[in-house]
Amino acid sequence: MPQQRNRDAILLDHNHDGIDRRGFLKCMAWAGTGALCVLEGGVLKSYGLDDPARIAKAAKGELSFVQISDSHMGFNKPANSDVIATLKAAVAKINALPVPPEFILHTGDISHLSKPSEFDTVDQILKSAPTKDVFFVPGEHDVLEDDGKQYLERYGKNTKGAGWYSFDQKGVHLIGLVNVMNLKAGGMGSLGAEQLQWLEDDVRHLSKSTPVIVFAHMPLWNIYPEWGWGTDDSAQALSYLKRFGSVTVLNGHIHQTMQKVEGNVTFHTATSTAFPQPRPGAASSPGPMKVPAEQLRGLLGVTDVNYVRKHHALALIDSTLE
Amino acid sequence: MKIKMRKSSWILCIAASMVLALAALPTVEKSIAAGPPTTAVKIDNFSFTPSTLTVKAGTQITWTNGDDIPHTVVSDSQAFKSKVLDTDEKFTFTASKPGTYSYFCSIHPKMTGKVVVE
Repeated sequence: MPQQRNRDAILLDHNHDGIDRRGFLKCMAWAGTGALCVLEGGVLKSYGLDDPARIAKAAKGELSFVQISDSHMGFNKPANSDVIATLKAAVAKINALPVPPEFILHTGDISHLSKPSEFDTVDQILKSAPTKDVFFVPGEHDVLEDDGKQYLERYGKNTKGAGWYSFDQKGVHLIGLVNVMNLKAGGMGSLGAEQLQWLEDDVRHLSKSTPVIVFAHMPLWNIYPEWGWGTDDSAQALSYLKRFGSVTVLNGHIHQTMQKVEGNVTFHTATSTAFPQPRPGAASSPGPMKVPAEQLRGLLGVTDVNYVRKHHALALIDSTLE
Repeated sequence: MKIKMRKSSWILCIAASMVLALAALPTVEKSIAAGPPTTAVKIDNFSFTPSTLTVKAGTQITWTNGDDIPHTVVSDSQAFKSKVLDTDEKFTFTASKPGTYSYFCSIHPKMTGKVVVE
């Protein structure tokens, strides 16, 4: 069982010197600055949320939103027999944020078996969130049986193809990608030629100083190919984003937080609101991880994302449900 | 009590021998109205066991999902395709035409298997 702190704040603080620079330091370019972010052992420096000054600073972002993922509504196995309660706890967590988020991103596996009642339940629970703007991308559990037809009917308004789209919020360009359709035997996630072409066209007109946030269900970096935790053609997608000073990639699917910084790109995966999965290779399969009941909510959670233009700083704060 | 048990054991032994004898004679087996030969593939821990299955044409193959996560059984050539199998659900395919059928789980495509029909 991995050790996880109750609450971690991952701050990319590009201008301030109050960060411990020991360990493995790497540079990260940021829009308009020759900025730094600090990594220790390949992982972004974490700060406890018990530092009110630090949290308040992070929460003052010009753009503030929350990512939730993998609610797996309908799942009722021993790893979590009440996914309704844990999704409600996640929404309560969002309601308790010092600054209400402008919108919520749900990075897929909304449902467990693509049943209409499962989608209905999630929609109903999300109605009590502080914002009505929820942006979705599908997980493989949302497009079972019907090639995603139902998903598109419910969530696909104003999207292209299998449900991909982009939008702008306060100068930040957000892109929702679909990498769970037409999966090939032996492969991982897949974006496909049509979506890649769309992506290339979508970002062509943007200035390179535009902060870009990409979100998709399966990781867009190869975390653990043995378990299919990656996307076969993600390198092609990322090649279109190379010229941008700041790219943040938000994924779900692996039911645990993981971060990586590579050049100008910060990758981050969110926890599930339903059940944890093992660390890569730590079990015989990536199936749901049964933990003692009192530990479950410490392994589920939400991710709060803040972008502060003035300070050229981005903060990703993972909060567990405890 | 003991005697009774011995008697029933004897009956079981005889019955078992008969079944074994019948099973060893395919021609006889076919004449019995017990249906086609059957075999099973288990889905556990995100893998198919056995991963390669060799059967005689006409064998009925049943996959059973033992995982807490749904899986599918889809042949690369679309010769067979299950619906989504939740925990303990089964899919049966009768392998009538000889050939090699590679298949995978369309939800977790790293899960692959093969059926060889002789």
